[in-house]
Amino acid sequence: MGKTSSRDRMKNEVNAGSMADIAFLLLIFFLVTTTIAEDKGVLVRLPPWSNEPPENLKMNTRNVFSVLVNADDQLLVRGENMRVEDLKDATKLFISNPNKEADKAELPTKAIVSLKNDRGTKYKTFLTVYNELKAAYTELRNEESERRFGKLYEYCSREQRDEIKKIIPVVISEAEPTSYGDES
Amino acid sequence: MATFEKKRGKASPEVSTASLPDIIFMLLFFFMMVTVMRDAELKVDVNTPEATELTKLEKKSLVNYIHIGRPKVAYRDTYGTKPRMQLGDKFATVADIPLFLEKHKATLPENQRQGITSSLKVDGSVTMGIVADVKTALRKANQLKVNYSAGKRVD
Repeated sequence: MGKTSSRDRMKNEVNAGSMADIAFLLLIFFLVTTTIAEDKGVLVRLPPWSNEPPENLKMNTRNVFSVLVNADDQLLVRGENMRVEDLKDATKLFISNPNKEADKAELPTKAIVSLKNDRGTKYKTFLTVYNELKAAYTELRNEESERRFGKLYEYCSREQRDEIKKIIPVVISEAEPTSYGDES
Repeated sequence: MATFEKKRGKASPEVSTASLPDIIFMLLFFFMMVTVMRDAELKVDVNTPEATELTKLEKKSLVNYIHIGRPKVAYRDTYGTKPRMQLGDKFATVADIPLFLEKHKATLPENQRQGITSSLKVDGSVTMGIVADVKTALRKANQLKVNYSAGKRVD
């Protein structure tokens, strides 16, 4: 039985001690190359394109909240200068209109926020302004869901969300930019 | 005293390192899963602005990326310093957008196509002119779900 003994000898295990080193090497490689890429951003829905010019809807001016951002990154809100810091509160006040003022939206469902910019406006400013407008809507929705269901909008169920969406729809229209101050 | 030393000498317990490879492998697999290899090298400088109202893009395969920014220093001799758009791994113009979107669409099954999002990664210092042109092109191509990529602002 010399044969079996030699086969027994071949059963010798491979030394697994270096396995950890190999794994470590791979681990370090992946650690270095990993960028846990979180792509986040402001989600918007663009209006569909149509070749016909939009029909001139007779809009009650009290329901339109026009925001203009010019090529020097200045804000003009309903014909008046405004700082970006004040924009959110002004928008909220306009949409909710708690004191039923005559120059603000009749109902949140009728309110339209219109954002217009020049071609020379910096993208950063544009996004900051857009963000403020969206934040105003988010806060209003949160307040509404807090009042109705006692929790924040993002924790609501689908039906509850739909209900709030009906009361406060987000209407931010991005108008075609005017052609001032583009880079040449 | 002597007994003391003897006791110590006897008990020399080593921690078993046999499970070390397993632990390391587990970590390795974790990092292999979360790693995303950059598929396209960026040829434009993109420093996205910061915002608070952020939505996370969930499904990577449903997203196509449009980068807009000034060309990196290495490409300035050829492409100048005016903001340019990068689709995939090369510079492109607005006219290339429909084909780019169509190519991405073709890789997906029919029932997922309405969930396609375009992620606009735009440098903060770029003016809105080129962004407006891209937006118009996207609307014409009926790609209406758009995400303005932005970092988280902490205030």
